[in-house]
Amino acid sequence: MNSKYETVIGLEIHAELATESKLFCRCKVGFGAEANTQTCPICLGMPGVLPVLNERALEYTIRAALALNCEIPPYSKFDRKNYFYPDLPKGYQISQLHLPFSQNGYVEFDLERERKKVGITRVHLEEDAGKLVHTGVSNSSNMSYVDFNRSCIPLIEIVGEPDLRSPAEAIAYMRAVKEILEYVGVSHCNMEQGQLRADLNVSLRPRGSSEYGTRTEVKNMNSFRSILAALEYEVERQAQVLDSGGSVEQETLLFDEERGITMSMRNKEEAHDYRYFPEPDLVPFEIDATWVEQLRSDLPELPLQRRERLQREYGLSADDALALAATRQMADYYEACVSLSGQAKECANWVRGDLSALLNETGQTIELCRATPQHLADMLSLIQSGAISGKIAKTVLEKMFHTGRDAKSIVEAEGLTQISDEDQIAAIIDDVIDSHPGPADDVRNGRLKAIGFLVGQVMKATQGKANPRLVNELLRAKLLG
Amino acid sequence: MELFRLTAHELHDKLRAGEITSVEITQSVLERINAVDSKIQAYVTVVEELALEQARIVDVHLRDGDPLPLLAGIPVSLKDLICTKGIPTTCSSRILQDFVPPYDATVAQKLNDQQIVMLGKLNMDEFAMGSSTENSAFMVTRNPWDLERIPGGSSGGAAAAIAADAAICALGSDTGGSIRQPAALCGIVGMKPTYGRVSRYGLVAFASSLDQIGPLTKDVTDCAWMLNAICGHDPMDSTSVNLPVPDFTQSLVQDIEDLRIGIPDEYFIEGMESDVERRVREAIAELEGLGAQVVRVSLPHSEYAVATYYIIAPAEASANLARYDGVRYGFRAEETTDLIDMYKKTRSKGFGSEVKRRIMLGTYALSSGFYDAYYLKAQKVRTLIKQDFDEAFEQVDVIVAPTSPTGAFKIGEKVDDPLQMYLSDILTIPANLAGLPGISIPCGLTLQNLPVGLQIVGKPFDEETVLRTAYTYEQNTDHHKQRPTLE
Ligand SMILES: [Zn+2]
Repeated sequence: MNSKYETVIGLEIHAELATESKLFCRCKVGFGAEANTQTCPICLGMPGVLPVLNERALEYTIRAALALNCEIPPYSKFDRKNYFYPDLPKGYQISQLHLPFSQNGYVEFDLERERKKVGITRVHLEEDAGKLVHTGVSNSSNMSYVDFNRSCIPLIEIVGEPDLRSPAEAIAYMRAVKEILEYVGVSHCNMEQGQLRADLNVSLRPRGSSEYGTRTEVKNMNSFRSILAALEYEVERQAQVLDSGGSVEQETLLFDEERGITMSMRNKEEAHDYRYFPEPDLVPFEIDATWVEQLRSDLPELPLQRRERLQREYGLSADDALALAATRQMADYYEACVSLSGQAKECANWVRGDLSALLNETGQTIELCRATPQHLADMLSLIQSGAISGKIAKTVLEKMFHTGRDAKSIVEAEGLTQISDEDQIAAIIDDVIDSHPGPADDVRNGRLKAIGFLVGQVMKATQGKANPRLVNELLRAKLLG
Repeated sequence: MELFRLTAHELHDKLRAGEITSVEITQSVLERINAVDSKIQAYVTVVEELALEQARIVDVHLRDGDPLPLLAGIPVSLKDLICTKGIPTTCSSRILQDFVPPYDATVAQKLNDQQIVMLGKLNMDEFAMGSSTENSAFMVTRNPWDLERIPGGSSGGAAAAIAADAAICALGSDTGGSIRQPAALCGIVGMKPTYGRVSRYGLVAFASSLDQIGPLTKDVTDCAWMLNAICGHDPMDSTSVNLPVPDFTQSLVQDIEDLRIGIPDEYFIEGMESDVERRVREAIAELEGLGAQVVRVSLPHSEYAVATYYIIAPAEASANLARYDGVRYGFRAEETTDLIDMYKKTRSKGFGSEVKRRIMLGTYALSSGFYDAYYLKAQKVRTLIKQDFDEAFEQVDVIVAPTSPTGAFKIGEKVDDPLQMYLSDILTIPANLAGLPGISIPCGLTLQNLPVGLQIVGKPFDEETVLRTAYTYEQNTDHHKQRPTLE
């Protein structure tokens, strides 16, 4: 990284809202439907049709905006953004330019233990376009088809201030925004399905300078990996241009994932004149302040606050809080476990550790997890009472996870109960000492390290069911008097 | 009896008295179309079989004594920019020549609910852009009063058909006078309701903030009947207003005693034909004689109305017409090399010259660097024009003026002079900019035997006073009974 320059990054994040129907018509929204089956005259831009705002989309926009600390002006309207492209059925996109539903917000997040604050210029609502599908080998067929299923799906555009100073910071910011949108439940943010995309504005300036350099914009990025790669590439490229005495050209770029480079899509001269003007088919909106306050008070606790509370209330480490509050559902699950079991630290270990591993392995989400907080709490109380060992508990959790059965019935059915009967354990210990006289003598002669080996043999003989604490005690008593 | 000569309410009475059937009415009008439409060229599409089928169904209900809506069995024709499911809707444009909507406009649905008989679709200036119907891509409609003259526009097909008795009632659209001006030039009744009174869903948009659907009829009673059928809030149109709709037939009373009528000085402009002014002044005197109080009012920003309109309407049109790109429906040029070439050739060949002129005007007015000077300025002037009316309506109940400064002009007379053509709407445009209801009713003929229209403009959502004034005038004069001789 070139240290002569300061990196300046601003993101425009587009998030698809998780409404059941589209923004201006009543078509259902759903991923993976057959092409053009989720369409109607309105989202196909037929002659004479008119848009009618989906109130739920407005509500989601305001919720997102409030979660991003934005102001909600009392008066707002839509504008037409004019350009020609086959995926844009009306020849204009209904968007917001002059009076968006919200403005002047900010996002806070932690990066490497440091609190960052990034300004949000505005959050506005607009409609998505369709999707082009190209078929055939390029030299044998040049047909393009359009799928309008995505046309008119509600999108919010979150325009961030150029407050980001490194690609890593940009990624952390985008993750923070994604978490917030997921927390308030307005978007599924599935990046593979294109529900969360970003345009990246990048410029460099000499360190200490207060003026911005010429920026480039990398369009339509939808994975953290490629965003990071594109930002790093673009920062390096601009630094090289500046180092060689050149100047950065203001242009719109596309990122070629395979080659890992950005390529020019259009330069400043070719930039579109979108000829924005107020959308006459939709009357301006007066936003009721009481309603906004209602939405504000209905907001759930947001990721940052939740992490702070988890640390405060349950004495968790910053790392534990970061992981456990990654989604609202995960944090809810964790807190349910704690309230049922009273064991904050143990819950954190199990949820972050074994349970998260199982979720990752199976690609499941915590909401659909068959091992419920009650199951987990029951399991913890079995450990606490000594009925099962921590090691056995791992097996129990796995079985709970896959079958949805409770801990007790698994332990009983599989005969996993811990052996805590002293006579039974003593008999096994005698067998082990008999068959391993060497290590036994070592212990007798004060080389206590060998105890571990003998404990292991007892556990092995009981398939892990012997109470390890008892085994240890009895062994010592027997060998050391 | 020549049923085609009657009004909707006269036909209704005969239908309900069992004197005639809907099939007889429909056949009579269809025969009239066959007889005269080769001369006036009002219809783009006639749906004869559908019409007769619908008429037969109404006749069965009549025979069975079923309760029926007022307009049941009455033939109605629509300007060809109102979408009709399964019936071509062309906007008189090559680009939509073969377009058959898979949906009905809300007004078409409302008329279907009335069980009207759908006769066909009427010629117009392409995409409603024009004042003479000469901008149709298909044919020039003739004025039934003089076949060498234009019928006005853009709802020229509708006005000519009504005047020629080739339709009983029609719906048109009025963006800058497109119902009232042709109604005036063809000697019939045409009304533009308040913006927001009638749903625009399914009306192919020209200028969204100005367009409004309204009836063209033979008399004021039919106009009220049609308004009752089409007005009302529509959840499919956010700009339609959620206000209760009165029963407009209640306004069909002769009572203008003490009604305050405003006469705007600015509407008797230079260049107005003297015969037109004479007829309108006589009509005002008539209204005064019927008990109205005549007051001079001023609408000082009227002189900017045409300029304002020709920024706002083309700006909106430039976006509204962007969807005709050859991708999904309508005309697509063949033998194109790439996407841009397809767009260019499709739109160059698909649109006529006036439409292209207005798309360019609007595109220019919205361009970066010009927006404030043109579009924004025009919106400000529009507000001033509205305020003029607000102030005038503090003193008066309706405003009365000529509808058009001239009678029907000759075909071809103004085609090469768009600015002259634009001035045809100088007296109707202000009501669109202010969103007000306005009607044009016949008030006599010029010395050349051409109709003159009297325009009555009301307060927002006060169609009732407009209708009452028009009805009172009509019932005390015979102008609405005069018909051109076509034979
Ligand atoms: Zn749709």
